[in-house]
Order: sequence, then C-alpha cells, then structure tokens
Amino acid sequence: MSFLTLESLTKTFGNQTTIHGIDLAVERGEFVSFLGPSGCGKTTTLRMIAGFETPTSGTIKIDGKDVTDLRPNQRNIGMVFQAYALFPNMTIADNIAFGLKVARKSSAEIAARVKEMLELIKLPHIGDRYPYQLSGGQQQRVALARALAIKPKILLLDEPLSALDAKIRISLREEIRAVQRALGITTIYVTHDQEEALSMSDRICVMNDGRIEQLGTPFEIYNYPKTRFVASFVGTLNILNGQVLDSTSGRLSIDDQEIVTARELGGASAGDTLSLALRPEALSIGHANGGSNNLSGTIDEVHFLGSVVRIRVRFKDNVVSLDTFNRPHSAPPERGQPVTVNFTREDILVLDRPAI
Amino acid sequence: MKRPVIGPWITIILGTLYFLVPLIATFEFSLRMKRGVYSFEAYRVVFGDPNFQASFTYSAVIAIAAILVGVLIVVPTAYIVQLKLPRLRPLVEFITLLPLVIPAIVLVFGYLRMYNSSSWLPLTNSVRGTDFLLTCAYVTLALPYMYRAVDTGLRAIDIRTLTEAAQSLGSSWPRILFQVILPNVRVAVLSGAFLTFAIVIGEFTMASLLNRPAFGPYLQLIGANRAYEPAALAIIAFIITWACMGLIQLFGGGRQRAARR
Amino acid sequence: MAETAAELARTRPRPVPLTWLGVVPFMLFALMFLIVPATLLMIGAFQDPQGNFTLQNIANLNQPTIIKAYRTSIAISAASAFGGALIGFGIAYAVALGHVPRWIRPTMMTFSGVASNFAGVPLAFAFMATLGRTGLVTALLTSIFGINIYRYGFNLLSFGGLTLTYLYFQIPLMILIMTPAIDGLKREWREASAILGASTWQYWRMVAFPILWPSLLGAFLLLFANAFGAIATAYALTGSSLNIITILLFAQIRGDVLHDPNLGYALALGMILITGLSNGAYIWLRSRSERWMR
Ligand SMILES: Nc1ncnc2c1ncn2[C@@H]1O[C@H](COP(=O)(O)OP(=O)(O)O)[C@@H](O)[C@H]1O
Ligand SMILES: [Mg+2]
Repeated sequence: MSFLTLESLTKTFGNQTTIHGIDLAVERGEFVSFLGPSGCGKTTTLRMIAGFETPTSGTIKIDGKDVTDLRPNQRNIGMVFQAYALFPNMTIADNIAFGLKVARKSSAEIAARVKEMLELIKLPHIGDRYPYQLSGGQQQRVALARALAIKPKILLLDEPLSALDAKIRISLREEIRAVQRALGITTIYVTHDQEEALSMSDRICVMNDGRIEQLGTPFEIYNYPKTRFVASFVGTLNILNGQVLDSTSGRLSIDDQEIVTARELGGASAGDTLSLALRPEALSIGHANGGSNNLSGTIDEVHFLGSVVRIRVRFKDNVVSLDTFNRPHSAPPERGQPVTVNFTREDILVLDRPAI
Repeated sequence: MKRPVIGPWITIILGTLYFLVPLIATFEFSLRMKRGVYSFEAYRVVFGDPNFQASFTYSAVIAIAAILVGVLIVVPTAYIVQLKLPRLRPLVEFITLLPLVIPAIVLVFGYLRMYNSSSWLPLTNSVRGTDFLLTCAYVTLALPYMYRAVDTGLRAIDIRTLTEAAQSLGSSWPRILFQVILPNVRVAVLSGAFLTFAIVIGEFTMASLLNRPAFGPYLQLIGANRAYEPAALAIIAFIITWACMGLIQLFGGGRQRAARR
Repeated sequence: MAETAAELARTRPRPVPLTWLGVVPFMLFALMFLIVPATLLMIGAFQDPQGNFTLQNIANLNQPTIIKAYRTSIAISAASAFGGALIGFGIAYAVALGHVPRWIRPTMMTFSGVASNFAGVPLAFAFMATLGRTGLVTALLTSIFGINIYRYGFNLLSFGGLTLTYLYFQIPLMILIMTPAIDGLKREWREASAILGASTWQYWRMVAFPILWPSLLGAFLLLFANAFGAIATAYALTGSSLNIITILLFAQIRGDVLHDPNLGYALALGMILITGLSNGAYIWLRSRSERWMR
C-alpha cells in the first residue's frame, strides 16, 4: 500500500485543462521529484496535494485516507516555498514554533522541538534573529525546519533552491536530502533542474504538458528514457537520424556509415528513418576499438571550457557534441581535422520516428 | 480553495452606495430650483454670477502660482536629497509631513501673527502681499503630496545615471535639473500639480482668515444664503476634483502602460 | 594617479556648496511658513499681551466651553477615524483579497482618490442635500418608510451628523492607504500558515495583523489629524453653532468672541500638542513593533 496516491488527478482552470489525469503512487519514506519545464503543471499538482487547489476530478490519498476534500490546515503536510515565505514579524524560533503553537502544544515541548529543529538545520544560535537578518540559504533552511517541526506526514518542496546562488544550491541540495533521509519523511520535490532531480531523488516523475512522461529511478530516466521528450529534457543529447538496414540484427546507417545497436528497434523495418540519441559522455574520439561503433567525420568546432573540451564533430548531415578532458600536455584537436568517433552498441538510444 | 464571495460583494456595494447616494441626492437637489420641473436653472444662475467667475478665477490663479512655487521648491530639494544628501532625508521628510500634523487653521493663525501689519515683514498690509502669503500657505498645504509625488517619480527613474550622462556631456547643474531631470519626472510633477489644484481650489479656512475673495469663502457665503445653488456648486466642485484625479490617472496610467511594454 | 585625481577635482567643480545651496529655498520656505509661525504661536501661548512670560493663557483654557470644544473635536475625530479605518479597511480587504472582478479595483481606487479630496464646503452642501431636513434621503425615508429621522433625534448639525459627513472622505482615504498595504501581504504567508495548521483567524491574529498593524495605526492617526484640523465642512454645515475647537479658534481669530489673542495662541498650542503627541505616540509604537523591519 503506497503512502501517497494520486488517482486520475485532473485540474482545469477556466476552460483550460492544466493537469490531465495524473496517476502516481509514492512509497513511505520515498523522495520523488517532479521534473519538467516551467508551466508543465508541477506546482499545480503539488498545490493540489497541499490542498491549495481543488482537483477538478480524481482523488488524493495520504496513508490510505482520502484527503481530497480536506482543507490545507487539516492535512498535516509540511511545505517549503520558493520564496522562503518566513513570517517577517516573527523571530526564527517563533517561525519554527508557529505550527506547534497553532496546535496548542505545551511551551516546554515547543521549546525543545525548536531547539531540535535548529540543530537539525545546523543553525543552533539564530533562534532570536529575524528573517531579514539571514541569508537566503539560511532562510530556506529555517523554512525547512518550520515545515518539519510539526512532524508532517509528507514534505512538499516547490523549487526551494531556485532563488539561491549556484554554490549554496549544491550544498543545500545535499543537506535537504540528508535531513530527509534522517527523518525518513515521504517527500515530493518540484524542480525544473534535471541535475537537482537526478542527484537527489529516489524516483523522478518527468512531467510535460500536464502529463507524466516517465516515472523511474534517476538511473532509468537517464539511461532508458522512454520518450523523446524525456531523452531530450534530461541530460544533454545528440540526436541523429539513421536509416534501418536490418531490424533483427540492429544494423543502422548514419550518413552512409554502418553502426549496430543493442537496443530493440521496435518493429521498424528496413528503410525506415529513426531518431537515435547519444549522450556526449558516451562518445570518445580516437582509435577504433573492437566491437564498438565507429563513425568518421571532421571536427566542426572546439570549445575550451577549462577542465573539459567540448568538440563538435560533423559526419555529413548529422552533428554530435562530445566532451574530452583537458590534458595540459597535449593540445586540443583543431577544426577541420578528421576524426573517428566511437561508442558502444549499448550507448545508442532509439527514440521514436522523427516527424517528417 | 473556493470561498463564497458574498461578504466582499456586500461590503463593496454598501461602500459604493455610501459614496454615490450623496452625489445623486445633491444632483437631484440641484435640479429642483424651478418649482415642479427638473432644470439646470441653478447651474445657470451660478455660472452667471460674476462673483462665481471672479472668485473661481482668483482661486485658480493662486492655485497655479502655488503649483509653480511648489515645483520650484520641491523638485531641486527632492533631487539633491536623493542624489547628494541622503542624510538630509529624515529631516526633509519630517518637514514635508508637518502640514499633516499642524492643522491649517493653526498655520494661518501663525502667519497672521508673524506677518501682520506691525511685524518685521508686514505681508498682510498689501493685497499683493496677502496674495503671496496665501500662495505660500497653499504650497505648505500641498507640500506633503507634492513632495511624495516627486520623490516617488525620481525613484522610478535612474537619476544618478541621467545626471552623470548629462555631466559627461558638460551640462551645468541648473541645466541638468531643468532640461534633464524635470522632463523625466513630468508625470510625477503633473500628478502633484493636479492634486494641489484639487486641494486648493475650494480651500476655505486660509482664504477666509486672510480675507481674500477666493472660491472657498464664496462657496460658504452662497451656502449660508441660498437654497439650490450650493447643491449645484457641490456638483461642480465634485466634477473639478474628479477631473484632477482623472488627469492624474490619465498621465500616470499612460506612462505605466508604456513602461510595462 | 595623483595627477588624475587632481585633474578630476579641477574639471568637476566641488559639488558640496552648490548642493547645499539647492536645498536652501526649501529650508527657508519651511522656516518661514511652517516652523517659525508654529513656534511663534507656541511662544505666544506663554506670553501676556505685553510679551512677559505667563502661564495664565494655559490656565484660561480651563473653561467649560473650551474644554468641551476640545472634547467634542477629539470625539468626532476619533469616531470618524475609527469608523473610517474600520469600514475603509473592510473595503480595501474586499477589493484586494475578496476574489472580485479585476475592474473593481481601479474603479474603487479612482473613486477613493476623488472622494478623499472631496471635502470642505462642497461636502457640507452635498450632505445637506442628502440628509438635511429637506434632503433627498430624509424625504425618501419619510415618504417610503414613514420614518422621519429628525423625529428620531437625528441631526446633521450634530456630533453624529458631522461624523457621518466626515466618513465621506475618511473611508476613501483609508482605502487609499490600506489597499497597497494589504497587497504587501504575500500569498505564501497565508499558505504557509494554513499548511502549518492555522485557521484563517489564527493567520490574521498571528501573521497578517501584526504585519499590517503599523500601517493601520499610522492610517488611523492620519485620519484623526485629518478630521481634527478640519473646519470648513463643519463651519458650512453648522455655522458657528457646533462647538468644536477649530470653529472656536476660527471665531477667536476673527475676533468674534474672546478678544484675547494670547488665549488663541494657547488654543492653537493645545491643538498642536494633541496632533503632535498622537504622532509621537505613533512613532514610538512603531519603533517598538517594527524591530523585524529592515
Ligand atoms: N490559478 C491559475 N489560473 C489559471 N491558470 C493557472 C493557474 N495556476 C496555474 N495555471 C496555469 O497552469 C499551468 C501550469 O502551471 P504550474 O503548475 O505553475 O507550472 P510549473 O510549476 O510546472 O511551472 C500554466 O500554464 C499556468 O499558466
Ligand atoms: Mg512552478
């Protein structure tokens, strides 16, 4: 029995359907990310779980109980907002205590819990400061503590890091995940940042246009994208057009050079054009090595990015980008230089057929 | 979270009624001058009254003078305080708020003591002097609004960059102020000006105590002696106020819309 | 380096004296038309006609008429400010958070801008035509409901009538001040408090009201001062029959009654003290309640 279930959840604003019947089951203690481009309905879904929006149809169950019609203040959910949303008129301690005060806990219990929470977020000495005296990262940690203080059944976070600097974003990412693990709290994390989703989640729910495109572990989502959308949205992708030579043995032709894939070609027949995808990190240049695919082309562009060098190689119509490490003792390749790009049979992702 | 919206609606409707009923009643009353029929007779009488024309013109002239003096005093000050002397801001803001704290009748009483015929600067001795005093009194009344409008307007534009750009082209200070800054806060100055006009045009206390033939005392006189004309005058005054506010919206709104694009 | 600095100093005239020069007209104006006149009155309150120091003027304030005038003025100002603040806040709340159509808001703001400036003599005329003995509403109430409000003790030329009249500019003024302040309440605060288990009432008591309270208090005091210093409406409505402090002072300046200018100064001093103290209290309360502000 899943801890949080969404059943054919639909939301319509006016005459525009924003969420098209979402089904989702989240296990107890699981960290699930909603990943998708902005406007795809992540926030709307989260707000329906929180109770700020009423679903047009469908049900939401938490711990086996139907909460679809409960008001937000009856759901026992913790939520962290993008803009911190700390109460400016209260000290940090009062902010964290808010949910407990509202629930009429004893002051001794409140004090203990506030102390515990401040230690959890590693800011034990800021209890009597005001929100404006804190940095953005600190405020967001306090917001997390405030949400967790009431021991919620579920923690919801809506792009909690997108207002912060890149550096703090990464450290806070790890901290949120550590706290979540320590408490074992079921968590839904909304983000449009694939790196965040990949690095933090137990499972990722990739959304597009109000629908779930794919639900899976970061490993599955990255390596086995089920749709073209997922493949292109998650990670950088080289997309190539190839013709099927023989669908049973997986032989394909790219710009008249033959390669072999280990993947299913899904009923395509000889002569069909397929979209293929290759991750930049799967590609290397240099000598042909046995058993793998080789494509020869010329170097189109070289971008020196510091620790990596991004190289663009053109075959004929198809172009791929790949990354090589910078080596101080060997100069990077030059434009116009002929090269061989190689990759394994497993590296090829077969996407749906391109629309012609 | 669907909430019934009946409460807000009732509040708004009651509020609107409270605003509208006196206007409707006044208008209806103003049409009743001729027995038995509705007519604009009261308006005809009012507009035909030479005292109306004279007092209105007088007040309008004083109002415009007050606006000019106000702009000349407020714009350079707000500009300098924002750009060069931010530490003066608390003091200047305190001063501009004083007219909201000291009642107008107290101020004019102070003027009568300070500028009376036996004082060092006997402004009230001559008609021109008293007119000048009334103008300054109105500048004082409008100071909080004028300053706020201009200050907000200056905040909205980047006066530092504008100033430095003008300086780098070799402009002198007065030129910067009047050819660069003023046109850029035109909207703010205009809204301050219309607000001043609306406040000042029917002002009663100061004009009356300084014994000047302004519109406010004229209104009071008519009110004490006539039946239907006051209602007509109230409607006229309301239309003038509305026009001033409408003009503020028109200028301010147009500017905002353009900026948003 | 030193050379360029010197050059800069030469090419750019030192701005300090010039900038100070720029605020001189303002300061001079403030002195001549605000500070000195008010100070002279306050000094005058402690002088006899010969210019000697005395407390007699202050003592002379202790007359039934004067005490009563102050009382009535304070009562009318407080009542109209309180009513205006309450109703104005309700309307501002309805406009800003009441889920009403968009167009209501700019309409209401424009109307408030006009109505808050529609004061003085014309406002008195309008209420005379509405609620005076022959006013439209009075007549309608009599003819439709058979209720003659004047028979029930209503009088436009009284405390209640004047308060009702003042509300016509007090309510819109409150709307103008409070609508932006209510807008300043972030949606996330309400949502954060709801998700933490708070009811709407708890949200207002613990979050929204404490945040709005300085604006509310400031608005109330502005409304109070607004009514306290007003005279034209009252004078046009009631002539000098209503004993409020502004009308008393007006008559005193005109030389109609007391024939004692120094007592007039004391009256004025009392008015400045009342508005000044209420503002001082406001600043003090605000500085206490706003430790959480930048
Ligand atoms: N209250 C609302 N009224 C109308 N449309 C809305 C409302 N809230 C969200 N939408 C629309 O729903 C879509 C999804 O929005 P949202 O859930 O915020 O996307 P995301 O969080 O993924 O960026 C958007 O097209 C947005 O315009
Ligand atoms: Mg969103």
